[in-house]
Amino acid sequence: MEPKLKLKKDMLTTEYSLPTGISFWRKIVNKLMTVLVIIAVILAIIPLILILGDVIIKGAPALSIGFLTHLQKPPNVSGGGIANAIVGTFTMVGIAALISVPIGIGAGVFFSEWSSSKISTVSGFMNDVLTGFPSIVLGLFVFVIIVYPTKQFSAFAGGVALSFVMLPIIARTTGESLKLVPTTLREASMALGIPRWKTVLRVVISNGKNGLLTGILLSVARATGETAPILLTASTSIYFAKSIFQPTASLTVLIYNYATSPYASWQTQAWGAALVLILIMLGLNLLVKLTIGRNVAGKRMDI
Amino acid sequence: MRFRLLRGDTILTIALAAAALFVIGVVVALAVELFSGSSASIFKFGPGFLIGSKWQPSNNVFGALPYVYGTLLTSAIAILLGFPISLGIAIFISEKLKSHQTFGYGLGTVVDLLAAVPSVIYGLWGVFVLIPFLKDYVEKPLNKSIGFISLFSGHPFGYDFFTAGVILAIMIIPTMSAVTRDVLNVVPNSQREAMYSLGATDWEVTQKSVLPYARSGIFGAFILGLGRAFGETMAVTMVIGNIPSISSSLFSPGATLSSIIANQFGESSGLFQAALIELGLILFFVALLINGLARLLLWRMTRGTQVKA
Repeated sequence: MEPKLKLKKDMLTTEYSLPTGISFWRKIVNKLMTVLVIIAVILAIIPLILILGDVIIKGAPALSIGFLTHLQKPPNVSGGGIANAIVGTFTMVGIAALISVPIGIGAGVFFSEWSSSKISTVSGFMNDVLTGFPSIVLGLFVFVIIVYPTKQFSAFAGGVALSFVMLPIIARTTGESLKLVPTTLREASMALGIPRWKTVLRVVISNGKNGLLTGILLSVARATGETAPILLTASTSIYFAKSIFQPTASLTVLIYNYATSPYASWQTQAWGAALVLILIMLGLNLLVKLTIGRNVAGKRMDI
Repeated sequence: MRFRLLRGDTILTIALAAAALFVIGVVVALAVELFSGSSASIFKFGPGFLIGSKWQPSNNVFGALPYVYGTLLTSAIAILLGFPISLGIAIFISEKLKSHQTFGYGLGTVVDLLAAVPSVIYGLWGVFVLIPFLKDYVEKPLNKSIGFISLFSGHPFGYDFFTAGVILAIMIIPTMSAVTRDVLNVVPNSQREAMYSLGATDWEVTQKSVLPYARSGIFGAFILGLGRAFGETMAVTMVIGNIPSISSSLFSPGATLSSIIANQFGESSGLFQAALIELGLILFFVALLINGLARLLLWRMTRGTQVKA
């Protein structure tokens, strides 16, 4: 057993004899670990392939124009669709975006441009913590502040719940990508006598707008796939909602209800809806990865 | 002119600071509202709620222990299965593929895609694919051969702690491996070169200089994965059976804090609802603690290296 090396410091003081040839045992261990590491990668990729494969194989037969354009039907009645759920999901994500995009970008700009202020440090930390909160807790929160007082499940409440899912993601990606805008640009702008607010709006944001867009798209994708907060706030419905203050269906809650139902026709439709959902989400994610996400310095924008 | 310039700056500063304060406000309001929503239950059961093992909505008796147990058990399974795999992926991408950046980036993207799959789709897949598979090919053989160990005893039918743990493992791998990858990437090359120059093999370099250097960051990734496992809701709800139970068998149905909220909230009212919201409050504090800790660890790791470099 070689001495545990603290490199740099101990190298000078520890007696360490250079190996004349690498021993058999060390070679074996080295090869073994390489194999184990590759096995780990394969183990992680298998579920991804299986999940995507199953969703495509089992979901494709359910897909048709009627599936996308018809209302939900009772179990074992043919011709049921998910149109109301698709509309409901888009409605709620739209409401959530209206709330979270301005606030999230505002907070993100503040994190980056006023990074030395105390508010920025505390808020940035809280923002990270908010990212990690279980989304069901956000659903409970909105239930207590909106659904309980108004005694009404609604798309509006669902949208507010989703906005708390999106807000920290937008704020963080905005902050991170604006920090990558070179300081020299800000200095050049200030040196021309341009006031700070104009520098921030015209120089900093316009240079970092790809990052902003990435954050928004990622958060939209994330919100589209959320179930728990909507389940507690928007509930579900089998019709198109007449207003945003009524219970509203969504793709995710529909998948949950159908998958846990005992009816074969609903279970098939759950796979179909899953395929629609995954196409929307993966589409958004790939769009980000392939186009704009890449030139944010190849930095992983984790969601 | 001067006055107008100042006014623009002031307005923007105030508007942006308000947005930043809003984020703080949301976290504070979360705590306050969850307290107020669960006050009925908090006053009735006091701290005994945490250790109460009975959950009987019909008798208005509520205790969180079965769900705390379920959450801890499923997360432990998830970490045991998921952490070594995540570490392996991170080592493969950032150590083995160091000279193949494009391939590494591609592989990282593929693993990240796992994180983009919605929870409810994991649940759907769990119900119709994973449960039949695990039941017939893992649980029943284990139960038959070493069922005398209480961990593997009982009558496996798929909806249980074990399946929930496996699903969670799949779900936390992307988080943990991505963070670990980032942490390994900031380990300076001088660390590796020094070790190589001493004649170490690839694995010895990873084991003795890279991993120890990245220790606190890897621990941060571990905690972050744990946090995700604690809070994950839908997939677990769909595969765990949702029965309040404290059983030593992995093949027994159970429930977690979040799964029971999702499963029962729709039918709840009054004290029952307050008790469910109090479960949410427990989740809130656990998440606050775990995320706070993880961020501090990761923050120290990345800041520390920047200062040194």
